[in-house]
Amino acid sequence: MGNLVVQGVNKAFAGLKALNNVNLNVQSGTVHAIIGPNGAGKSTLLNCFVGKLEPDTGTVMFEDQSLLNRQPHEINQLGVSRVFQTPEIFPDLGLLENVMIPAFAHRDGSFRLNWLPRIDNEAEIRERAEHMLEDVGLADNKADHAGALSRGDKRRLELAMCLVQEPRLLLLDEPTAGMSRADTNNTIDLLKRIGERGITKIVIEHDMHVVFSLAQKVSVMAQGTVIAEGSPEEIRGNPKVQEAYLGGAHL
Amino acid sequence: MFGLSKKDGTLFLVVIGMTLFAPILLNPFPEGSELAQFNAGYPDLMQRFVIFGIFAIGFNILFGLTGYLSFGHAAFLGVGSYAGVWMLKLLTMNVVPAIMVSVVVAGLFSALVGYISLRRSGIYFSILTLAFAQMSFALAYSVLTPITNGETGLQLALDDPRILGVSQVNGSIPPTNFFGFEMRDGFTLDIASWSFTFNVGYYLCAAIMLIAFYLSIRIFRSPFGIMLQAVKTNQQRLRFTGVNTRPYTLAAFIISGMYAGLAGGLMVAMDPLAGAERMQWTASGEVVLMTILGGAGTLIGPVLGAGVIKYFENIFSKINDNVLYNWFSFMPDALQDAFVFMIHPFIGKGWHLTLGIMFMLVIICLPGGVVEGGQRIAKLFRRKKSGPADSGAASLPNSTPAE
Ligand SMILES: Nc1ncnc2c1ncn2[C@@H]1O[C@H](COP(=O)(O)OP(=O)(O)O)[C@@H](O)[C@H]1O
Ligand SMILES: [Mg+2]
Repeated sequence: MGNLVVQGVNKAFAGLKALNNVNLNVQSGTVHAIIGPNGAGKSTLLNCFVGKLEPDTGTVMFEDQSLLNRQPHEINQLGVSRVFQTPEIFPDLGLLENVMIPAFAHRDGSFRLNWLPRIDNEAEIRERAEHMLEDVGLADNKADHAGALSRGDKRRLELAMCLVQEPRLLLLDEPTAGMSRADTNNTIDLLKRIGERGITKIVIEHDMHVVFSLAQKVSVMAQGTVIAEGSPEEIRGNPKVQEAYLGGAHL
Repeated sequence: MFGLSKKDGTLFLVVIGMTLFAPILLNPFPEGSELAQFNAGYPDLMQRFVIFGIFAIGFNILFGLTGYLSFGHAAFLGVGSYAGVWMLKLLTMNVVPAIMVSVVVAGLFSALVGYISLRRSGIYFSILTLAFAQMSFALAYSVLTPITNGETGLQLALDDPRILGVSQVNGSIPPTNFFGFEMRDGFTLDIASWSFTFNVGYYLCAAIMLIAFYLSIRIFRSPFGIMLQAVKTNQQRLRFTGVNTRPYTLAAFIISGMYAGLAGGLMVAMDPLAGAERMQWTASGEVVLMTILGGAGTLIGPVLGAGVIKYFENIFSKINDNVLYNWFSFMPDALQDAFVFMIHPFIGKGWHLTLGIMFMLVIICLPGGVVEGGQRIAKLFRRKKSGPADSGAASLPNSTPAE
């Protein structure tokens, strides 16, 4: 459950080969980190999983179902949620509403003409959303609309929006970028806790501290291909990685 | 209260009160006084207030919630009008079938227009709706003359079948009625030098507007309504959240089209004729102005906007130079002439100019429309009451976005 198998994915933008024969095997219930320099194609790869982009060739299988040629909302309804690199929230709405909307989508499916009840009376959804806000540490935030949050808080809100859907596969595109060290540690704790719930996670991350404290497996991307793969320890010692990614600096 | 939150319930009660007592509230000046021309409490205008209120409430469900700006909603009002007149011609002068068929026909037509137009968003969506409306106008004006009676407009006739009613009464067309209560009926109450007219047609329209308003509050506060608001603020995010946005926007489009059809049906119930000009782009633009002027995305704003615009159209347009000379008669002649000369462009036929200036002022100073103006005034009062020592700003952290 929650496993993802990517085979031979290629994607070119007007001649630029953003993804070059990418293979990936993300095992059920694990945290799989993808690291690599800027422009390596990490976000593009995630785009191919959620219906934002269609790869030119290749297959993407989630629990024996193809994720290709599907609408974004269908993929989400299959159990895949994503945190974007630049936070994607509902800036004009309140924090609670931001989290209730994905909870409604999770309960009601992709469309339901549910106009009779009042959202105030949707106690169960409300409680779950409040609980989720607590989990990410936004329960006491007084901002009246989500657009007023700091960048780090927006990202935590987006994380709450994804988690409230109880996804089986969670895609995190740099979830701690723009956060303070303390907030980063909180987020690591949170991600570890949800790790206990058995959600499969793919984390794109620049912060090696985050990668090494979370991931069971690391794939290193450069120029559109996976150049190395292994446990964090194996990756740390891999000279090829140090050269491509760190310009020789020590991890 | 009525299944609404306390705040919404209070607002609804206030609106009920205002519509019930509108014949009195809108006639504050004694008959025959200088200011009597500012009275708006006559049946014809009051009917227009609530009918256009319905039109704008419906428009706001689309534009205010989802942000999709339609420039073609007058087409649905027009289609509703034609359908309504046909029911009065074919079935009965009872307005109930006419109104119901208006809503249904406008709903079907808006389903078609919405299905196609919603394939695009932003300006392209607006242009598509505008194109549909202008096509409808052109069709109604010429090609579909057998159905619409072209430029003359569709009217009742003495030889209409009216299979559930009568074709004529004593050689004239029977009046529209609601189970026997004639729309033009009513009574006038004279108190001292004041005169108030209570009209059956107005109260039917008002009752229907209250239902329409109530339904819109329910939609605003429902999970369905929150999805529509999410479309406006970040449609992309909503898609990646597992929501198929197309049926949501289409549902909002159809609901607002049905409201427009309801308004069209009520128009012919009050005055049984329908013309193509009702579908013209200016009519579509008017409901956009009403909604923005009152406050798009707020509950009561569109109704207020409709009221303001209809008031200007009917009252300001009636002020002429003679009236002005009367007002300034206490001045020396030269000064009187100068004043009349200066104000002249803004009154009578120039009411559009006044309205335009007002609209610009609202957009620039009060982007939230009349409702935002009201909120600011209310805040000012509350701050005064609590005194300057009180940290007024802290106790009023957020103005509610959807009043
Ligand atoms: N929609 C797009 N159109 C054109 N080029 C794109 C598009 N998306 C990404 N790219 C290019 O593909 C490459 C990989 O980008 P990206 O996946 O964002 O890298 P990363 O997330 O690893 O930093 C970059 O060169 C980027 O400019
Ligand atoms: Mg990226």
